[in-house]
Amino acid sequence: MFSFCTDPSLLPDWQWFACYLTNATHLQFYRAFGVVLVLLAITAPVALGMGLLGALALRSRIWPLNWLGQGYVNIVRGVPDIVFFLFVPIALGQGIEWVMHQIQCPDWDQPIRQGNDFIVCREAKVPPVNAPAWVRDIYAFAMAVVAFALVFGAFVANTLYGAMQAVPKAQIETAEAYGMTRAQAFRRIVLPQMWVYALPGLSNIWQILIKATPLLFLLGIQDIVFWARELGGQKTSLFAYPHPDWRMWYFLGLLCFYLAMTWASERAFARLNVRLSRGQATAAGERMRKAAP
Amino acid sequence: MRSCVESFELYILRALGRDYGANLLPRGLDITLCDQIFLIGSGLIWTVYFAGLAMLIGFGLAVGLAVARFSENRLISRPAAAFIFFFRGSPLFIQFFFFYSAFVLLPRSGIDIPLGFVTLTVNTSALTTAQVGGLIVLVLNTTAYSAELFHGALRSIPKGDLEAADAYGLAGFTKFRRVVFPSMLRLAWPSYTNEAIFLTHSTTLVFLSAFPARQQSGEAFYYARYFVDQTFNPFVAYPMVAGYFIVLTLVIIALFGLVNRSLNRHLPKERRARYRFGPQYLR
Repeated sequence: MFSFCTDPSLLPDWQWFACYLTNATHLQFYRAFGVVLVLLAITAPVALGMGLLGALALRSRIWPLNWLGQGYVNIVRGVPDIVFFLFVPIALGQGIEWVMHQIQCPDWDQPIRQGNDFIVCREAKVPPVNAPAWVRDIYAFAMAVVAFALVFGAFVANTLYGAMQAVPKAQIETAEAYGMTRAQAFRRIVLPQMWVYALPGLSNIWQILIKATPLLFLLGIQDIVFWARELGGQKTSLFAYPHPDWRMWYFLGLLCFYLAMTWASERAFARLNVRLSRGQATAAGERMRKAAP
Repeated sequence: MRSCVESFELYILRALGRDYGANLLPRGLDITLCDQIFLIGSGLIWTVYFAGLAMLIGFGLAVGLAVARFSENRLISRPAAAFIFFFRGSPLFIQFFFFYSAFVLLPRSGIDIPLGFVTLTVNTSALTTAQVGGLIVLVLNTTAYSAELFHGALRSIPKGDLEAADAYGLAGFTKFRRVVFPSMLRLAWPSYTNEAIFLTHSTTLVFLSAFPARQQSGEAFYYARYFVDQTFNPFVAYPMVAGYFIVLTLVIIALFGLVNRSLNRHLPKERRARYRFGPQYLR
């Protein structure tokens, strides 16, 4: 990156670090932080959408839809989410290939599961056999987004459902008394107001979503954890920048990144908490009352 | 093909190590359904070990930390808040990586701590094993999460209770032991139940991160992942481990429910704190 970086072994300390931290692999490491932010930026709205659909299903009076919503929310909530993060991408990948297989090769006579192999015909491979690397990356990333959206959609569905129930019933009855249909009352009365009630739950889920992003590593994506391990590991003098085992410092850097990310949300929470404690007959409220002039 | 009884004998204690069962794990086409049931089941030994010990040790630390956090002295409450923020604000997954790579850097031979009359040698090589190092990370993590819950409970102890304690002339540790601690525990218990559940769920991360599974002895999810890698079929092992975890969750809810009943036994029914399976999910 810098002009003096041609032979790093001769450099004084600060220049050595300047060169080391801007070499090609480190730039990939920094790009991986971008991947995390992109994942958050895509997953959050998708999960919110999934959650809204789930909450509508939970509210629905049509029983198959209601059962679907109940099943979705309860299964995802009762099982360690890590199981879902690893299960969904494989299961979905095999499911897509199976469907493609049925469409593309209807006259295939061998079973798809032979022993421990999952075999579909060549045309049914997703992504295609000769796809370039970036297509495979995008595909793996999309699978991760689906897994995250499925899990967090269930959490959001539960929170939004609770929030919809929390909107005062009398207002909905009033809306119906004015001649609005159920859908109109939902759109005009419930939907605008429920966010106030949903906000604490949603900001909690947002924090959990932030903290779940390093699991990308388990899905085989070259994310920040992958690069921290690669770059931090001991480098012998065969490398341009030899150094001892520095993984601890790289992971400390990742911890700081996540702490910074959650810090902002934490601040907002604390303010909210103070606001809610004001005037309450609790130990915290009492302390506040005594402190006031 | 093995019979189910043979699988049972080979694998039900395999998670403890090679000496307690088959030398190697079943591989490839040799894997039977019973192997998966018993091997994943044997992994629950470590799941219970991690979750149980971390809860036991973490509980005491968390009560102390919560009291420190609630202290009006900023020199005490600030560090406690920083500790809680550090462990709650960052992913447990990264914490495992961080502590493992820190433990690896410690000298192999142990650290000598001179105490004047005797020199204490701390055995550091154990810290790089999941059973000790991983447990330490889990303890620190659950301490922070539980302390936050207990701190919240301390804040919401009814003012009347504290005034009544003052009126009776209780002060200092007596007041804490007889009034503050029981109320705090009662108020925090429903959320603490959730903490227990999600701590149990998060034990799955121990062997997924940096800590090595020596002699292929890991916890339930480690084996589930092993089977999926071997058979390339996620539809057997993952639902199975999920089932085990649902059973564990129900056991925890039942056990903690008993404690909750006894904590609330002096209260009329409508004022009792009730458990709700709640949002705390992944760490």
